[in-house]
Amino acid sequence: MENKTENSIVELASELRWKLGDNFHDRLTESLYTDASEIASAAVEMPGKERNYTLDSKIDRIVTSKRWGFPIMIGILSIILWLTISGANLPSGMLFTLLIETLYPALKNLSESIGLAWWLDGLLIDGIYMAVAWVVSVMLPPMAIFFPLFTLLEDFGYLPRVAFNLDALFRKSGAHGKQALTMSMGWGCNAAGVVATRIIDSPRERLIAIITNNFSLCNGRWPTQILIATIFIGALVPKAFSATVASLSVIGIALLGVGFMFLTSWILSRTVLKGEVSTFTLELPPYRPPRFWQTIYTSIIDRTLIVLWRAIVFAAPAGAVIWLVSNIKLGDFTLADQLIGWLDPFGMFLGLNGIILLAYIVAIPANEIIIPTILMLTVANLNLAGFGAGDGVMFELDSTMDTANVLAAGGWTVLTGINLMLFSLLHNPCSTTIYTIYKETKSVKWTTVASILPIIMGFVVCFLVTQFWYLFS
Amino acid sequence: MSTSHSGCEDCAFHNVNSLKKLGIETNKVDYVVALAGNPNTGKSTVFNALTGLRQHTGNWPGKTVVRAEGAYSYDEKKYKLIDLPGTYSLLSTSQDEEVARNFILFGKPDVTVIVADATRLERNLNLVLQILEITNKAVLSLNLMDEAERNHIKIDQRELAKKLGIPVIETVARSQKGIPQLLSTISDVATGQLVCKPRKVKNLKGMVESSVNKLAQEIEKQFPGLPNSRWVAFRLLEGDERITEAVVNKELLELV
Repeated sequence: MENKTENSIVELASELRWKLGDNFHDRLTESLYTDASEIASAAVEMPGKERNYTLDSKIDRIVTSKRWGFPIMIGILSIILWLTISGANLPSGMLFTLLIETLYPALKNLSESIGLAWWLDGLLIDGIYMAVAWVVSVMLPPMAIFFPLFTLLEDFGYLPRVAFNLDALFRKSGAHGKQALTMSMGWGCNAAGVVATRIIDSPRERLIAIITNNFSLCNGRWPTQILIATIFIGALVPKAFSATVASLSVIGIALLGVGFMFLTSWILSRTVLKGEVSTFTLELPPYRPPRFWQTIYTSIIDRTLIVLWRAIVFAAPAGAVIWLVSNIKLGDFTLADQLIGWLDPFGMFLGLNGIILLAYIVAIPANEIIIPTILMLTVANLNLAGFGAGDGVMFELDSTMDTANVLAAGGWTVLTGINLMLFSLLHNPCSTTIYTIYKETKSVKWTTVASILPIIMGFVVCFLVTQFWYLFS
Repeated sequence: MSTSHSGCEDCAFHNVNSLKKLGIETNKVDYVVALAGNPNTGKSTVFNALTGLRQHTGNWPGKTVVRAEGAYSYDEKKYKLIDLPGTYSLLSTSQDEEVARNFILFGKPDVTVIVADATRLERNLNLVLQILEITNKAVLSLNLMDEAERNHIKIDQRELAKKLGIPVIETVARSQKGIPQLLSTISDVATGQLVCKPRKVKNLKGMVESSVNKLAQEIEKQFPGLPNSRWVAFRLLEGDERITEAVVNKELLELV
């Protein structure tokens, strides 16, 4: 009995639905609009046409124009990047002096004076402390510059214009125009970008946005790109141009990422994720002068410190692992040497090397620690004299020249540098992002696709670049 | 602004001293307040102004995709504030819209504060009308009044309040203007001192109207006292699975 009455509502509803036809939604929306406009006309007095000629629409006519839209976008990104690269050096150096040149020896002395066991001293200070110190001194300054600048741009109201400019391209590739917004979020952090895809209503387009978000170069990867570009690309030209050329090559990689995002979206929407492109209304909000100090404050609290904390949480155990694999011996060789030996042939085949591949395995939790891991493993593997402080000690070298020397001794060429930049763009997402993808999709299948797809692309691209390189040199 | 600035007892400013921003201490509250509105109307700014939290406020639609919670205490009562994702409507099935509408419906907030952009009021009213179909206890915060003034837009606040049947407060959240009045109005609605008679959507034509009424009657028969039977009827006619489920498993009874 009970059940019957309950269903009577549902039954009546579906009966009425049949009678109404399928345009009920439109009719209801129409009624809402009529009502809204009735109320508005009674209560609101608009100044007529005047609004069309406001400053906002003048700005919009330029920044969303066919001719200037893209150059302005790339120009703004370049300026932010250039400010980040040139502004981060000084504070990075100061933090390095404090944490690694001053505090590290002090800690070593302390542990010696209290007679700490050598392995505990190594694990805690050479492994964990050094990993954290490195991440702080290298990550904090660029983040503290990049995030506030990006946030100011966001508060000003520029991001929806970016979405507007890119909308046509995204739709042509079968994806949702709002993906431009989630892509921009990904430039800060891919996990944040994946969460932001909730603004996309169609599940198909949302999946595309989730899978391809990893092609947005995230904050953990910018420093790697910048350092390698400075060493290998910047060095190809006279010193006066090296900073500019290095910045441009980093922008090139970021744009290549956008290209891969379009390509992958296009392939997915024509194969496994076929479907109609949904339309949406994108409101271009008014430009608002950002409240400068409050923006600086919130972006440092909300973004910089949270991302930094995450990096530290992951760097600490990674530091311990690095120290362990460099000190545990299997026969005559350390575990690190063994692993590098196994991975080297495949790495060389791709135009990379075993150390890079091992570093990417160790650094799955956090992309930020790639460079120190690579340097440490290179030094330990080659037993280079005069560099670093011993097996498994993560260190930062005094200058990029020293870094270049270590890498050269490790057999690195310009090709290795270019391939590392490409591989840094095209590899699996970090573990946080993978976990976030799983939480958002609740699907092992799509999480696997999103994790494996970029790494396969990375292998293929590096391999092809290497073949062409050998062909022409 | 309609409130006088004298120090009298009735003035909203009189009570602003009793506002305590409690940040994220959201346990043991007297009232629950939901914050809804179109994207990019300054909802998060209102949220921060009330709770003292500094959630980042971006100038782009879709910034808040998950709901944020905060608390404040006013006039010795403790309020929990939930910042819902900004949406243009509650009629589609994207996740952000579902989060918003499920909370307003099933979360049974004591007050729903709808933040609207004064410069784009007509468009914002679409959502306002939809929310008023769901809940009777609502306050409209007419935000970004400074931008409206700059654009020479004049809004007859009293006329608007009359048409909508809910209190309308003009605010400029980023500079705290109108926040004292908003606080006292929220408190009035929460405590029942102020009873709203919100407008329900008119202009339903012919078949649509008769179908909605017929279905709404049937719903009221089984769920007597349900405040939003018409809205439930809308959703059922659209084939909304979540609401159909709530009808079948009698979850709607909890809303009476």
